[in-house]
Amino acid sequence: MSDTTDTGPVLAADGTPLKRSLARALRMQKLRALMLIAPLLLFVLLTFILPIVDMLFRSVENQIVSETLPKTVVELQEWDASSGEAPGEAVFAALAADMKIAVEAKTHTRLGSRLNYEKTGLSSLFRKSGRKVKRWDLAEDAPFKQKFIDIDEDWGDVDVWRTLQTYSPAFTNGYFLNSIDMQKGVDGPEARPENQQIYITLFGRTLFMSLVITASCILLGYPVAWILANLPSRTANLLMILVLLPFWTSLLVRTSAWKVMLQQQGVINDVLVWLGLVADDSRLVMINNQFGTIVAMTHILLPFMILPMYSVMQTIAPTYLRAAKSLGATNWTAFWRVYFPQSVPGIGAGSILVFILAIGYYITPEIVGGTKGVFISNRIAYHISSSLNWGLAAALGTILLAVVLLLYWAYDKIVGIDNVKLG
Amino acid sequence: MKFTKLTALALSTAICAPAAFAADMADEMTIVSWGGAYSKSQLKAYHEPYSAKTGVKIINDESSAEAVAKLRAMNEAGNVTWDVVDVVAADAMRLCDEGLAMEIDPDTQLAPAPDGTSAADDFGDLLVSECFIPQIVYSTTFGYRTDLVGDTAPTSVCAVFDLEAYPGKRALEKRPINNMEWALLCDGVPKDEVYNVLETEAGQEQALAKLDTIKDSVVWWSAGADTPQLLADGEVVMGSTYNGRLFSVIEEQKQPVAMLWDAQVFDLDGWIIPAGLSEERKARALDYIMFATDTQRLADQAKFISYGPARKSSAPLVGKHAELGIDMAPHMPTDPENAKNTFLYNYEFWADYRDDIDAKFQAWLAK
Repeated sequence: MSDTTDTGPVLAADGTPLKRSLARALRMQKLRALMLIAPLLLFVLLTFILPIVDMLFRSVENQIVSETLPKTVVELQEWDASSGEAPGEAVFAALAADMKIAVEAKTHTRLGSRLNYEKTGLSSLFRKSGRKVKRWDLAEDAPFKQKFIDIDEDWGDVDVWRTLQTYSPAFTNGYFLNSIDMQKGVDGPEARPENQQIYITLFGRTLFMSLVITASCILLGYPVAWILANLPSRTANLLMILVLLPFWTSLLVRTSAWKVMLQQQGVINDVLVWLGLVADDSRLVMINNQFGTIVAMTHILLPFMILPMYSVMQTIAPTYLRAAKSLGATNWTAFWRVYFPQSVPGIGAGSILVFILAIGYYITPEIVGGTKGVFISNRIAYHISSSLNWGLAAALGTILLAVVLLLYWAYDKIVGIDNVKLG
Repeated sequence: MKFTKLTALALSTAICAPAAFAADMADEMTIVSWGGAYSKSQLKAYHEPYSAKTGVKIINDESSAEAVAKLRAMNEAGNVTWDVVDVVAADAMRLCDEGLAMEIDPDTQLAPAPDGTSAADDFGDLLVSECFIPQIVYSTTFGYRTDLVGDTAPTSVCAVFDLEAYPGKRALEKRPINNMEWALLCDGVPKDEVYNVLETEAGQEQALAKLDTIKDSVVWWSAGADTPQLLADGEVVMGSTYNGRLFSVIEEQKQPVAMLWDAQVFDLDGWIIPAGLSEERKARALDYIMFATDTQRLADQAKFISYGPARKSSAPLVGKHAELGIDMAPHMPTDPENAKNTFLYNYEFWADYRDDIDAKFQAWLAK
């Protein structure tokens, strides 16, 4: 081909240019590969990614106000909150019209509970007003301002209207502000009163305790993994069962077992008192605090650390250590300079697993954490299942997800994600 | 040809419809409740007789603790799989507010008392929400270890705040409701002013300050089974929980525990029917409710668990415990001897203030 003078494109056997023909073949191959994974991809997308995105989206979503009170929201735009007076009749007439429809559809109480997260008392205000508005006639009963104030004087309260006005846009940053202990004030975001600040503390505590748990898992898991990797496989397999058995046991059972062990009338305290190490009236407090959470969670997450470490250590040839020693290294130098660097990928993999699992844990902290040992996830669970403030829960969850991704990125920069091995 | 077929179809539907409506009820239903001894009492008193009478298969789901969140999720997904749900009154109110529960007309959809009194009168004030069908009256109250409180057994709820007379740990629920009220009562606020005080910022501070005096001696519980266990282990000297749980610690497990009925807080538990059920499932659910909340059935439940029936007409029918054979009346929170000093959970107040006070309470806890 090199000595040919023809400058035209190289052709394939069927006469089409080779380049195109190749590209088509590759595309077909890619398409086939995509078709093969399509069921799984679609499944993950539909049942995992989309619901998560949908849930996270709730952290900014706020259409409920403008959907329930469309006319009022428009009228209210004109109103100036700094005037110090409740809005005029036009707004109240719009409110009466909107409420009338909302009561029919029974959405007014829903709006009340939504706004009650922002201002206490709005829940019953909407419920109470709904009952009265139902019986009004829009054409004959005007004017409405006094009528609303007669139902409840809160309708004359500037704060109530300011809340309505602040939360009338379809999207809000209110939930995110709330989850970093701030709120929407008169002039932009401001710090919450000190007696309501909690989330920053909880985020900090969650990160700190997850790090402590990861560190104690490394300390406890490393020697175990080393022994398992260096014993003859018969014995190692037997010992492996001891690692796996708790792994297969229910989380609740293991947590409750720690309760029995650690409580003041529990096994450990009883033994210490019996040995005379601790006086009967000053038994140690080892549960319902941070200590209890760290102990129980370290135990529960330990297998996630041991297993990757073990599989990485198994691949480290013992000849390296022998070679180091034969070249004059002490036991410590041989371990630290030769063995340990090769086991780092196992530590990395185990740490990521344990840390990410720990940061989202909530059952164990709930049971043994008391007041100082609970995580941010406990508040998220509370807002999902008890207070029904899903917007706030979503905002807290989004922040937690962002923090995890940020840490993952930092880990990649510092240690390098290629330096992680599961075996 | 096509036309005649359609007409025939329409005609036959029109003729059959009324007859079909009466008989057309689902033959399977899912009932959601709390689990444990409570579900068992419902099984014996309601489910088994109802299945025997109608042949309906009843599936039990023990999700009441997360019922509100799950119903909301089901409703959003457009697939409600529950037919009847057992919830506390406060949750029923929220479900009603959110449009997740069906409104019930007591006069037509609930059975009248045997003497002809309408259901609305028979339940009286306990019909706290349009969607709620009350079932039992329970109370949150304190139990104490008889062997750990010294010579003078506590008689007042304020013993909880008295670390000198009764040293040791106490178990309190990890939420502001009830605890704030008790704290104010024991800080000298008269009973009828508690909620007025609690409405104010200063009142909330006052309650938290009172709780602060015992904060280091409190074990906070979140599941009703925690306190009975803590009492049985001797981890706490006294603790709050639902009276039925204490009954089983005292009478069934024979632990050295006694009831402190003072300032017990009455609350209600009952049924709701989820909104958006298909016609046949709705008909079945209503039929079940009509059966399960009549006078005799409510009285029957009290044979298995020490919660008071919500109907006035059921009270005289409460008999002995089905297995222990002891008289149940003295163990009811509503018994005059026990109900000398009581408190009624203020639903309206907590519906409004729950989020606000809870934020402060949790911030205080985390400090």
